[in-house]
Amino acid sequence: MTATAREPNLVLSAKNVTKRFGGLVAVNDISFDIPEGSIVSLIGPNGAGKTTFFNIIAGIYDPTSGRIAVHGRTMVARPIRAWLEPFLWVAPAVVVGIVSAIVVAAANNETIGFVGAALTLAALITMLLSAIARPAWYQRLLRRIGIFRSARPNDIVEAGIGRTFQNIRLFSNMTAEENVLVGMHTRLKANLLDAMFSTPRNRSEEVAAKIRAEELLRLVGLRGIGGELAKNLPYGDQRRLEVARALGSNPKLLLLDEPTAGMNPKETSDMMALINKLRTELGLTVLLIEHDMKVVMGISDRVTVLDHGERIAEGTPDEVRKNPKVIEAYLGAPAS
Amino acid sequence: MSGRLANIGGPGFTSFRSRVRDIAETHRSLTIIVAMAIVGLLLPILATVPPFSIFQPQDVWLNGFSNAGVFVLLALGLNIVVGLAGLLDLGYAAFFAIGAYAYAYGASPFSGIHAPFIAMLLIGALVAATFGVLLGAPTLRLRGDYLAIVTLGFGEIVPIVFLNAEKYTEGTNGIGGIYPPDIPFVEFGILNPWPFYGLVIVLVAIVMVFIYRLQESRIGRAWMAIREDELAAASNGLNTVTTKLLAFALGASTAGFAGVFNAAKLTLVSPDQFLSTVSFSILAMVVLGGMGNIWGVALGAFVIYTIQIVLLKQLNAFFGELHVPILQDINFVQYQFLLYGLALVLMMLFRPEGLFPSQRRKRELHAADAGEAEASAVAALDESIT
Repeated sequence: MTATAREPNLVLSAKNVTKRFGGLVAVNDISFDIPEGSIVSLIGPNGAGKTTFFNIIAGIYDPTSGRIAVHGRTMVARPIRAWLEPFLWVAPAVVVGIVSAIVVAAANNETIGFVGAALTLAALITMLLSAIARPAWYQRLLRRIGIFRSARPNDIVEAGIGRTFQNIRLFSNMTAEENVLVGMHTRLKANLLDAMFSTPRNRSEEVAAKIRAEELLRLVGLRGIGGELAKNLPYGDQRRLEVARALGSNPKLLLLDEPTAGMNPKETSDMMALINKLRTELGLTVLLIEHDMKVVMGISDRVTVLDHGERIAEGTPDEVRKNPKVIEAYLGAPAS
Repeated sequence: MSGRLANIGGPGFTSFRSRVRDIAETHRSLTIIVAMAIVGLLLPILATVPPFSIFQPQDVWLNGFSNAGVFVLLALGLNIVVGLAGLLDLGYAAFFAIGAYAYAYGASPFSGIHAPFIAMLLIGALVAATFGVLLGAPTLRLRGDYLAIVTLGFGEIVPIVFLNAEKYTEGTNGIGGIYPPDIPFVEFGILNPWPFYGLVIVLVAIVMVFIYRLQESRIGRAWMAIREDELAAASNGLNTVTTKLLAFALGASTAGFAGVFNAAKLTLVSPDQFLSTVSFSILAMVVLGGMGNIWGVALGAFVIYTIQIVLLKQLNAFFGELHVPILQDINFVQYQFLLYGLALVLMMLFRPEGLFPSQRRKRELHAADAGEAEASAVAALDESIT
């Protein structure tokens, strides 16, 4: 808590994050800070828990314990006072029900009784639906009451964290441009009626969005391929397109899960240049999972090493490279 | 020289065509309205021309077209859920029933209310959308097959509820004497099919424009993204729950729309109009027409319905008159599902993208061929360079 107060420029701060899958401890008591504007790498042998940790940050898994704050606001943790939530669902309905019962008793009118019952039902349904869809106002209400529920992936994106996937997960039957436009979803505001009646607001927003998508494609080096289906792009371009899509939501922090996996040396160095460019030109903070040591040592400010879910080293690339524990994890202990 | 002469007519014609295409590209909603107007004018004329006029008189054709229009509406609505958002809904007729019963309560001697037709169109759509959300909310976490089973159950339950709640629905007899539409200056009667025909053309045009615009919007992209990869969609900031609920609600409201029109046209609603066979027919129309393409789906629904009510009946009459052994005893109308099944199987084998596919789906399913062609072209190019 004091750490966040002293260093307000932490984009992301994880405290004692643990994740268990049954008996397997995938991530064990990891604390981790990402200062603004840095490139931080997470490395470790296969099965070290890197991707699990990533998925916890992205809101896909709830942690078993610990918490993650984004810009000082806790987004991911175990739920607090979750048992209170069902009361919230029925409370408005109960209030409406009691009020209408009193009115009915006073007025003795069947129509009012019917309206009251309908209103009660509507209140109940509204609250239940909100609980499922969890719109922003519902989350604010929860926070005000003091109930904490972990953010969902879309809330994490809303808070300014974009991500890519280890195994490319593009919308393969949509064009490159459409992929980026989907990435921009949270930044577009057109609602159902705007779309149905094609309001001026919707049209100008669409035009602006397409220009922005084109810009993003150019930024990652995919000029002029906006109309191609994502699955028809070469492998390296698909990786770049995933980055462009993640940039669509204007993130402050970009999570890249093995961005150079399966790439040839040329593509790898291009990707490194791109990551550097994202930091210098867009002021992005980057968290990187990577196996390619040349990439890690080349562009990271800080490196954290995980093994069997535990953090075994943390420091600058040079410190980590010389750390005997790291060498042991990767190459095995020397015979004694 | 002669070649140049031969081309004189060519460029002018192509530039006209490309200009038409440009206009169609930039004014898509207008194109839909114009196209529907042309279709609306052509169909009655077509019904008086020989091959068609032999089967049945124009009035009967028009009546059939109006009924086909209902199925076009239904197929367009189901296309949102199945074709765009990729949620398999096997109980779609339930929303059709809900819309129809909503109109029956709003405008019949049974309830003693007579609400205006236009208002009831909106109310029917809203009521159906509400039920769509209510069904969707608890079930949308299910995927694929599981969702299909739940919707199948819902599709069975709704007609049974209408059947058994006799006090409120008159059970098997259904609610009769429903008022026909009361649109000013137009007289809707059972004997005159023209008003209903015109109305259904207008309704289909409106629904098509709305769906087309949605499909091209932020919301349509979100549906497609969810169909492609739900996790990736969520990780890119889409609220998958609300997006899927919206697809369900809009699909249901289109069915509600169709239900209101159908109830007003038949002046009777009864549970047996909404059996699961209706759901399957609509799904078959969407798949056969070409999932995801509004024109394809509309045309698919129209063609299939027309074949079903006209061609199969005519086959009965045809073989009956000729006294062909065996064939004259077959009631082809009863075999329509066999024919559907056969058509679907053949379709999946030879043209999986549907009769009138969207460009997108065509590319999806034939991308492999295109990839090969491209590879061979690249190889040829390499060879020519070296």
